[in-house]
Amino acid sequence: MTDAVQTTVPSEIRTARPPARIAASMSRSSAERLMNIISPLALIGVWELCARFGFIDVRFFPPPSKIFGVMWTMIQNGLLEKHVWASLQRLFWGILWGGIPALALGVAMGMFRTLRMIVEPIIAATYPIPKSAILPLILLIFGLGESSKVVMVATGVFFPILINSMAGVLEINKIYFDVGRNFGASGFQVFRTVAFPGSLPLIMTGVKLGVGLGLVLIAIAEMVGAKSGLGYMIWNAWEILSVETMYVGLITIAVLGLLFTLILNEIERLIVPWKAGR
Amino acid sequence: MCGASRKKSNIGARCPVWGDWRGDRASFKVKDEHGLQYAGRAMTAVATASSAALSGGIKIRIKNLSKVFDTRNGPFTALDTINLDIPAGCFFMIVGPSGCGKTTLLRILAGLEEHTSGTVEIAAPAMGRPGNSMVFQGDSLFPWMTVWENAAYGLTIRGLPKSQIKDSVGHYLNRAGLSKFHDSYPHQLSGGMRQRVSLARAFANDPDILLMDEPFSALDEQNKVLLQEELLRIWEETRKTVMFITHSVDEAVTLGDRIMVMTAHPGRTKFMIDVPFERPRRVLELRAQPAYGELVYNIWGQLRDEVQAARAQDEGRGK
Repeated sequence: MTDAVQTTVPSEIRTARPPARIAASMSRSSAERLMNIISPLALIGVWELCARFGFIDVRFFPPPSKIFGVMWTMIQNGLLEKHVWASLQRLFWGILWGGIPALALGVAMGMFRTLRMIVEPIIAATYPIPKSAILPLILLIFGLGESSKVVMVATGVFFPILINSMAGVLEINKIYFDVGRNFGASGFQVFRTVAFPGSLPLIMTGVKLGVGLGLVLIAIAEMVGAKSGLGYMIWNAWEILSVETMYVGLITIAVLGLLFTLILNEIERLIVPWKAGR
Repeated sequence: MCGASRKKSNIGARCPVWGDWRGDRASFKVKDEHGLQYAGRAMTAVATASSAALSGGIKIRIKNLSKVFDTRNGPFTALDTINLDIPAGCFFMIVGPSGCGKTTLLRILAGLEEHTSGTVEIAAPAMGRPGNSMVFQGDSLFPWMTVWENAAYGLTIRGLPKSQIKDSVGHYLNRAGLSKFHDSYPHQLSGGMRQRVSLARAFANDPDILLMDEPFSALDEQNKVLLQEELLRIWEETRKTVMFITHSVDEAVTLGDRIMVMTAHPGRTKFMIDVPFERPRRVLELRAQPAYGELVYNIWGQLRDEVQAARAQDEGRGK
């Protein structure tokens, strides 16, 4: 009703202003997008020139052209694929093993005050321990095999997802729980229809943080007692003094991080459509 | 502290008074329309009983209901000795100043709050029908559900067959003029449309009793009148028992069969009054009648004391 009124009143202004505004905003956003591509490319260009003209020590900072050359060789002989695949598998299982319990416990802690009171101090005490500092302990318990790497990733993923899912539930307006109760929802139904969907935006934030931390930790874990993976690749490159290979590893991790962010943003758009346009 | 609210009410002769309030908390008597007996029952038990035993077409019976909150500043009496009988099919309005505990009363009936003393009896609903559904004040639609999913919420929770959900939800969304917005999310709707979805959600659930907590208070005047019209139209189809809370005397007289006016803190019954207008009602036509204005004027005269008392209390508390 009011909508109809609003659309009829400013009709004169409508024809005049929006096209100009849209054009302006489009050119601005495309300019921003261009800058997003230009700035890293410019950095690589400057790096290349500095290396060529001897402004920087090529033993530590080999020219990008040489790094990409090595990368290309590693892609062709399948070595890079092998290492990426090994890391991705460990990352996947680590995110799963760390993320799902974190999500369940986090949402439950948000829903049940008593559980929160019991578990919160434990979380608060263990969260600040650097995950890399418990690597020796994890190696001791889980050995040098795959499981120690997976556990390493899992511990990293666990905390951000747990803390964010708990905060996500606590952020939900109390009125939605009242609605659930008034309409006779059982405990599990409240979880399924109120607590879980309501906390999804923050859970997604937790997943993004967790995956980032997982990438950091997988690289560290693979440097010790692994025969494959990006971390191993970087460590091995140091041992044989192949600086280019080291950079290939670093760049691959960076690209993976970027890809994960893009994929998770897309997933977020799909599963939290109600947050779009807010 | 509550001196003003203890003042005896002096109801104008033109007011068709339904209850007789004597100023003493124990002596609130209800005109015995339904042959009810009040004596001889223990009134201390704290229970919200669902009983089929309520006789004479009474849907809700509240006896000596009190609610005391434990706050940091000591006990706070929100509701004090409320006595009520609401017949089936009655559109019952509660009017009172802000903070008089009317929302607390509704939340007790909705099962969202426990009362401190007294009894609440609610006639058992027919098999498979939910006891009550509440239309909440302000935005209570789940932002993560579409209009359809929101309106279907109660039925989905009860696990009804898909075809039945489709019929019922489709019907009420249609009645609320939202058939084109099934897949929209609440944030894409205007405030009036969102509140219409809330109404559809409660009606589609087909409860025995509808509880409404100032559902239109956040809306502008035009939207409010339109929604009141729509509510009356939808209500006429089923004539369910409604308990409707408002701070607007206009709204109470427009919608209700019977109005309970409450005192400022602590919330007590100040007086009750029957609304004599015939149904079905058209909001604007009703408001054009001189009798309408008279009734609103009378109730306002009574309520003014309470609003002033509430204001004095707020000032006394240094708000």
